[in-house]
Amino acid sequence: MSSTTNTSTNQTSTIGSIGTPSRRNTELALLVFAVAIPVFAYANVGLAINDKVPAGLLSYGLGLGLLAGVAHLAVRKFAPYADPLLLPLATLLNGLGLVVIWRLDQSKLLQTIKQAGTAAPRQLLYTAMGIALFIVVLIFLKDHRVLQRYTYISMVGALFLLLLPLVPGLGQNIYGAKIWISVAGFSIQPGEFAKIVLAIFFAGYLMVKRDALALASRRFMGLYLPRGRDLGPILVVWFMSILILVFETDLGTSLLFFGMFVIMLYVATERTSWIVFGLLMAAAGAVGVASFEPHVQQRVQAWLSPMNEYKLSQKGVVGHSEQAMQALWAFGSGGTLGTGLGQGHSDLIRFAANSDFILATFGEELGLAGIMAFLLLYGLIVERGVRTALAARDPFGKLLAIGLSGAFALQVFVVAGGVMGLIPLTGMTMPFVAYGGSSVIANWALIGILIRISDTARRPAPAPAANPDAEMTQVVRPS
Amino acid sequence: MNKPLRRIAIFCGLLVLTLLLRDNWLQYVKADSLREDTANRRVTIARYSTPRGDIIVDGSPITGSTASSSSGLNDLKYKRTYKNGPMWAPVTGFASQAFGATQLENLEDGILTGNDDRLFFRNTLDMITGKQKSGGNVVTTLNAAAQKAAYNGLKTQGGKGAVVALDPSTGKILALASYPSYDPSAFAGTSDTDATAWKKLQKTYNPNDPMLNRALRETYPPGSTFKVVTASAALENGLYNSADQATNSPLPYVMPGTTTELKNEGNIPCKNATMRIALQFSCNTVFGKIGADLGNDKMLAEAKKFGFDAQQFTPVRSSASVFSDNMNQSQTALSSIGQYNTAATPLQMAMVASAVANDGKLMKPYMIDKLQSPGLDTISQTDPQELSQPLTSSNAQILQSMMETVVKDGTGKNAQINGVTVGGKTGTAQHGVENSENPYAWFISYAKLPDGSKPVAVAVVIEDDQANRDDISGGGLAAPIAKSVMEAVINSKK
Repeated sequence: MSSTTNTSTNQTSTIGSIGTPSRRNTELALLVFAVAIPVFAYANVGLAINDKVPAGLLSYGLGLGLLAGVAHLAVRKFAPYADPLLLPLATLLNGLGLVVIWRLDQSKLLQTIKQAGTAAPRQLLYTAMGIALFIVVLIFLKDHRVLQRYTYISMVGALFLLLLPLVPGLGQNIYGAKIWISVAGFSIQPGEFAKIVLAIFFAGYLMVKRDALALASRRFMGLYLPRGRDLGPILVVWFMSILILVFETDLGTSLLFFGMFVIMLYVATERTSWIVFGLLMAAAGAVGVASFEPHVQQRVQAWLSPMNEYKLSQKGVVGHSEQAMQALWAFGSGGTLGTGLGQGHSDLIRFAANSDFILATFGEELGLAGIMAFLLLYGLIVERGVRTALAARDPFGKLLAIGLSGAFALQVFVVAGGVMGLIPLTGMTMPFVAYGGSSVIANWALIGILIRISDTARRPAPAPAANPDAEMTQVVRPS
Repeated sequence: MNKPLRRIAIFCGLLVLTLLLRDNWLQYVKADSLREDTANRRVTIARYSTPRGDIIVDGSPITGSTASSSSGLNDLKYKRTYKNGPMWAPVTGFASQAFGATQLENLEDGILTGNDDRLFFRNTLDMITGKQKSGGNVVTTLNAAAQKAAYNGLKTQGGKGAVVALDPSTGKILALASYPSYDPSAFAGTSDTDATAWKKLQKTYNPNDPMLNRALRETYPPGSTFKVVTASAALENGLYNSADQATNSPLPYVMPGTTTELKNEGNIPCKNATMRIALQFSCNTVFGKIGADLGNDKMLAEAKKFGFDAQQFTPVRSSASVFSDNMNQSQTALSSIGQYNTAATPLQMAMVASAVANDGKLMKPYMIDKLQSPGLDTISQTDPQELSQPLTSSNAQILQSMMETVVKDGTGKNAQINGVTVGGKTGTAQHGVENSENPYAWFISYAKLPDGSKPVAVAVVIEDDQANRDDISGGGLAAPIAKSVMEAVINSKK
């Protein structure tokens, strides 16, 4: 580990441990844009639909501005050296998501679906709760390494969250996927929170076990094969993912967790063999489950021939949905530049138009140009997360940051790929833009943790004499 | 630990890149086919999002557009309306929110909705100046008076039938009527009433099949009216060189290769008759023998010159009329008097009359005079086009004099008009097994002023299962309708 890491650590120009400017003013300037752009978009939608600037423009603008401002002040106070891009990026995505959710609220077609007409005010509330949680993370999580102490509690917690939707009376089956629970009238997706908790568990576990996993291996056909007993954890996680797929029939969540684990395992051990193993197991698991699980088979069929699926749904055959084809039409009708906000017909997607399928509305109304900009915004968040991992000085921080960023990237890929017909559809939501409290709140917490790690990483080193390489080779154990 | 981190960074970059590529595929490469997919609801929404342009006859619109009821979830803003719908339905077709569009409404949808590429510049201007987008107009060649005469004639008659009138010198379609017809307004919307009206018009529920455009899409055995084509073939191929030359026609006539006699209707002077006399009395024996003498190939070649065996695009498509290939002599003889496999659309028979009237030149029939932008500028104008020349000018004049004899002294007396030169030919086509069903009554004719101006060619067909078999003859049922249509054209033209 030491020799290879030494060279690469020296190449890392982002660390710049001494005299790092805090970049808080950069963040503030970017935030002004991140608030102004959604406000402008909001006015745009109002003008397009009702020919007048929406009445709520001022309060909406002030609300978003206030939330962003408070978040910024909290960062300034509690994480002054944090990455300056993460907060503005999340604010921009969240703000534009709110605008499009409000735009879909105006659709008469969607108003016939329960709760859909009033989604935007709820989403604003969720955003406030998300930013509150973000601030709470910054205040109470003074050092992310504290989370190491909760490695095994996290494991239990994650399992608990994942199993919640299967509890009778609590879990909800919405369009075939059992990933929601219903509490006091609110639908919650525990999987969104499990994503973060699992990342903490994996990071803590792998930090301790990585040497054993990396070094104790046999060489076979050019690959380092792990010992049988070291295979245990990966088998457990794999089995868990399969269980999610079978019992909650959710391909996305299953893929997300397994993918996150393989990424973190690879980073921890630097063994390519784990990736090979991971891919083989994922493929075997997916094919195995798909061969007997009708819900998964149907998703695959719908992906292969969305038009056929559309025709079946028009004939009223139960269990078929026109959504996939409607989403493709929405994208196609948007073309290069889009119809303009408020002028598309993505409400034809009906159910989940403002959550799982919200990207189709962006596609239709902002066009190819808009979607490319969106994907790059997500790409930037992931890139800032990876940079945070590179810059982090402790292995736990590295692992946690890459786990969260990798999961974020996988989620964006699985959701956007599903809506665009690249891979079968899954029941996950686009982070920050899609309607849904769990998603927004959990992702703000995720950004909070990344900001905390980046603050620690970029903070000027307290003891200038300390050699960062030396620190790298220490094994930090929770005492 | 940083080397795998960098690799993961590249992996995440690849994920985003894959999404970007997929999006380019979806929103750039496939965009047009997805946008124009007819199952894509947006196509219908766009079609009815602005007041639809009009179809215009004689300067006034025969269509309209009205705001749909905005109650409920109706996302279609405007609904099509029709003036005198049943009369004009064979021309306009329909544009229904629920059931799609046909004929002119479908073919010129781009102009009518204003989405045609040729309107792009104007649309862009409108967008900048904030004007509402609107559709352009389709100006037809039809003649309102002739259409009215045709439709009312059929309606009074009461049986199924169709009328087509052409301007022989240009090919303009002046009348295009079919009966029974339907009112496209009845199902233009999306309500339950519209659905019921639609269902009632379908052939399954209505054996009269009112939605069939008989003028263009139904082929009938043309019967004796086909003798005009046979006479042209005789003249063109030099079998006979004048109308008044005695033909070599035995009576009774046994068809070659068979022992079957070809019969005439009644006791008429057909033995070695001249072609003029034969056409005047409609001799089956004379024209049957001409067909057999010329042979299948020459008959087929002539029929094709008149437009048989090909679809016509007016631009609304017509069915192809039929004159068969690979027939033996007796089959050719039967085909040459409009029986056996021979079948023609009313449009086809009007084209036959039109070619004769236009001194042998067949003009391509068309019904769109021009397309107009919403600001009434002409976007495109149809120029008359020669389709073929089935006869030489001199042979055409010989045939004209024969057809004029038919109206003056023969079976077509009912079509005479004072002070107007009229030529025609009646037809009574048998159909059904062993001729069990009522025959079709045909009349094809042309009229022009003595100086040759204001020409018009008409074909009328009536299938009347109510009338007595004896009553059905082209001269009795169809000729009066043809006459009123010709009169309407001659009186209405300036």
